[in-house]
Amino acid sequence: MADPEIKSYEPYHESLSAAVTESRPVRAALMIVAFAFLGVFLLLPLIVVFNEAFAKGIGTYTEALASPDTRSAIRLTLLVAAISVPLNIVFGISAAWAIAKFEFTGKAFLTTLIDLPFSVSPVISGLVYVLLFGAQGLLGAWLKAHGIVILFAVPGIVLATIFVTFPFVARELIPLMQEQGNGDEEAALSLGANGSQTFWYVTLPNVKWGLLYGVLLCNARAMGEFGAVSVVSGHIRGLTNTMPLHVEILYNEYNAVAAFAVASLLAGLALVTLVLKTLLEMRYGAEIAAVRGH
Amino acid sequence: MTTAPAQAGWRFRQPSVIPGFGLMLGFSLAYLTLIILIPLSGLVWRSAALGWADFWAIVIDRRTINALGISFGAAFAAAVVNVVFGTIVAWVLVRYRFPGRRIADAMVDLPFALPTAVAGIALTTLYAPNGWIGKLLMPLGIKVAYTPLGIVIALVFIGLPFVVRTVQPIMEEIDKEVEEVAATLGASRFQIITRILFPGLAPAIITGFALAFARGVGEYGSVIFIAGNLPYKSEIAPLLIVIRLEEYNYPAATAIATIMLALSFVMLLVVNLVQSWSRKRYG
Repeated sequence: MADPEIKSYEPYHESLSAAVTESRPVRAALMIVAFAFLGVFLLLPLIVVFNEAFAKGIGTYTEALASPDTRSAIRLTLLVAAISVPLNIVFGISAAWAIAKFEFTGKAFLTTLIDLPFSVSPVISGLVYVLLFGAQGLLGAWLKAHGIVILFAVPGIVLATIFVTFPFVARELIPLMQEQGNGDEEAALSLGANGSQTFWYVTLPNVKWGLLYGVLLCNARAMGEFGAVSVVSGHIRGLTNTMPLHVEILYNEYNAVAAFAVASLLAGLALVTLVLKTLLEMRYGAEIAAVRGH
Repeated sequence: MTTAPAQAGWRFRQPSVIPGFGLMLGFSLAYLTLIILIPLSGLVWRSAALGWADFWAIVIDRRTINALGISFGAAFAAAVVNVVFGTIVAWVLVRYRFPGRRIADAMVDLPFALPTAVAGIALTTLYAPNGWIGKLLMPLGIKVAYTPLGIVIALVFIGLPFVVRTVQPIMEEIDKEVEEVAATLGASRFQIITRILFPGLAPAIITGFALAFARGVGEYGSVIFIAGNLPYKSEIAPLLIVIRLEEYNYPAATAIATIMLALSFVMLLVVNLVQSWSRKRYG
């Protein structure tokens, strides 16, 4: 990659450059430390996942993935993401519309509340639903009387997933829409567009890459969530086991190959997410507000 | 309701030609209330219903205290490690040009994208006595997997991107001219780093530390595999909540969760104060 900045780091005057950048040995040392750290903490775990998954050959790998329990875990994970991600998209867009396009009392407080799930332990995110819907919960008796099952079933898993992925889309769109201002929308409205036309033809195209960026992160977390889902799922094999929970069960049964086979699918998802995210940042960096700082 | 002035000159919202305020805000508030606020207040309400004496008895139970100490202690240690190495990583990514920089940069976000359970079993396999790293540490007498040290390792993995991604954009904004001016005025590289660069980066470093710490305190998925989960020794607070829940001991689970939330909020408050102090101190 041609980088015009590169020149300024080359020593152009010995004594001055010594004060503007680190000396060659220090630079080398810092780079070695950084590479070693990234290698040990990020690269090695990733390699281990695939290494263990294929430890007994590709036959065992595909066999592990073909088991009915694994397939139902994959189906459930896809189902949960397919429900919770769109709901958080709708929320993210409406919250961003209200917060970015208008000035109103309590706006800062509302923005803070949206980030709240990030500072709550995943286990607590699951616990709050157990306290609400569980047999001893506030609504437990009422739900039982009406035959509604939320906990230890798909609705509970979906709720817990929505809780932990709640801020992703909104916090991506809010700064982006704030940065873009209201000019385009005001122009569209003054030219006779109605509200929904303005949204679909003006606002949405303006924020589409930022939205995709948020959805990408939201989806990765939705499919990978462990703690919150673990608390509300009840771990019923073939019924309420998502892929991350299935990984745990297989691992605890000392079925390492199968555990890592399922884990390799999730690691693959993470890699695809990272690649798409990097491509978005490279091509549409200016159209994604909060590129950093997730 | 949206435009009704409560008193002369005060409006709930500023006038705007853009439509949809009521609908969008109404939906957002309803969704936020149903998904986040009601369930969270349920936790606080259940905790309050316990009564002070019962609540306190659960909190000062030795197992609870130990679990909280391990969670906060390990998260603190991991955040310190991440501040040191995360800042170095960010510096190398921002200032140096080398082949593969893009890939290294993208890799930093791996802990955000990789499900915690996957990270947990991968780290455990790496650091187990027969694992690639565990095997190397064994002759040195260092045991990582199934010890509190393992918890720290898992939390270092989880917290790294928080520090790097907070410090990196601030480093990118540093005006190189400032360093050049300092150099022409006779400052050494060491002086420039400690007197000019570090004060500017300090608020971001503190924020990154706080984010990594807060995330580490609540982390569950990556830790439970590597921790060994011995009560009093390597049992983290989120795991103790799960254990109490499985025992149908809802009051204990509730009380531990509430004290964890409270401690996290106090901590974030302190960090915010430190941050605003450092912003005032160093501009």
